Amino acid sequence: MQDINKIREDFPILSRKVNGKPLVYFDNAATSQTPQQVIEVIVDYYSNYNANIHRGVHTLSQEATDKYEAARHTIQQHFNAKNAYEIILTSGTTHSINLVANGFANLLKKGDELIVSALEHHSNIVPWQMLCEKTGAILKVIPMILEGELDMDTYSNLLSEKTKLVFVNHISNALGTINPIKTIIDQAHQFGAAVLVDGAQACPHIKPDVQALDVDFYVTSAHKICGPTGIGMLYGKEEWLTKMQPYQGGGEMIDQVTFEKTTYAGLPHKFEAGTPNICGGIAFGAAIDYMNNIGFDKIATYEHELLEYGTKKLLEIEGLKIYGTSSKKTSVISFNLEGIHPYDVGTLLDKMGIAVRTGHHCAQPIMDFYNIPGTIRASFAFYNTKIEIDTLVEGVKKAKLMLS
Amino acid sequence: MQTIKEIQDEIIDEFSMFEDWEERYQYMIDLGKDLPLIATEFKTEDNIIKGCQSKVWVHAELNTDKIEFTADSDAIITKGIIAILIRVFSNQHPKAILEANTDFIDAIGLKEHLSPTRANGLVSMIKQLKLYAIAYQTQLN
Repeated sequence: MQDINKIREDFPILSRKVNGKPLVYFDNAATSQTPQQVIEVIVDYYSNYNANIHRGVHTLSQEATDKYEAARHTIQQHFNAKNAYEIILTSGTTHSINLVANGFANLLKKGDELIVSALEHHSNIVPWQMLCEKTGAILKVIPMILEGELDMDTYSNLLSEKTKLVFVNHISNALGTINPIKTIIDQAHQFGAAVLVDGAQACPHIKPDVQALDVDFYVTSAHKICGPTGIGMLYGKEEWLTKMQPYQGGGEMIDQVTFEKTTYAGLPHKFEAGTPNICGGIAFGAAIDYMNNIGFDKIATYEHELLEYGTKKLLEIEGLKIYGTSSKKTSVISFNLEGIHPYDVGTLLDKMGIAVRTGHHCAQPIMDFYNIPGTIRASFAFYNTKIEIDTLVEGVKKAKLMLS
Repeated sequence: MQTIKEIQDEIIDEFSMFEDWEERYQYMIDLGKDLPLIATEFKTEDNIIKGCQSKVWVHAELNTDKIEFTADSDAIITKGIIAILIRVFSNQHPKAILEANTDFIDAIGLKEHLSPTRANGLVSMIKQLKLYAIAYQTQLN
């Protein structure tokens, strides 16, 4: 990887202070920071060619359309989708999941079964519960084991001819576990079930290949990979996207409109009603370019080093327990101090300029499994350093001393 | 008996002696560690105010014309702030509680804890204290 100090210079925010201390940003699993290269793309859009796309005949509209569609191609290539029209630009992972859940409403019948994993974020649980309420389908859960991995034997047993959809995250946001999605997909396909993989936590660390995975739907958000918030994508296999009903009606998603009948536009526009987040889409493409320029192999190697270093250093603190101890995990450390509420530790760390996430990480079922109110989660990105981890460790020690 | 304003000024005085955030927070943590603030029998689901991260319990009783509040939390810093709020608002007339504000929290450097978007249950707790005050005020009239 390039010199870490040079990479850090790309991120203006990393040089700011919080509560008088240099910022240590370890909340990357919630949102990543934005490099100057992406910020400049956003500024350039609003300074030079801000216009509505796809409809205008004027120059600005054409320029904006070209850049927006070029971003779609960048995304297609990054995820190795077969066709650019299989990439639907959405407001983010949650929007993408809701779009699929809604699109399946007329493809399910009472008694059909859907399978969710116990490691999911609320946004990959609730839309499916709503779908079940609407259709009479039944939701089954793949349980988790103590290490924070999925119980794959139970998964095999849950699958049947009744299974229509399986949804699982590529990587758990609360624990960092990398799930065996290829096995999950292959097994589901044996029963003709479609699989949606929530890649929000995976995309900052690895480069998924949707064709090699043979996944039916893959969703993610740009802000997890150095892009802006409010933009994300849904990859869907053409055959499924064609079968699914549109999510929202409006401009841009139509072919012909009369008061008697409207016919829908083809892919991807069928699922992109209204004026999209044009600048966001273009910046999403720029963020992918930025990450690829650094290189995902290098990112993974460096982050693994940070994970091992952080795990070793944190475990030296007496009474500190790490949740999610799978051998296959990304640079996320979820932990607690014995007898101390995570909220208290997070509050004191913030006073020291250290940003971590505390709470249930919108994955309450996981916290219930461990019987804890939440955890402190430190998530590292490729622009973090071992020195910052040392600051965190000292901070946790200090918080422990103050709270004990 | 001290008025709410007098108690608030007293707390501002106390906090002015602390030199940095560590002393302020250590003081709150120590307040939080003190005796349980609520009887176990009142630590019920009904009395719980759910913040996103820390739970807060509040119980109120009317003694003649004053409201006595007891409360607790599962997070100790939250509990420390609760101890301060109880000191300010407990054993006061409902009318005085309704008229009081919480600006003193800003003056003692704890403003961030009472931000409406902070997920600690404290803002809902103050709302709950005021709701109790409205209810008992109606009862007294």
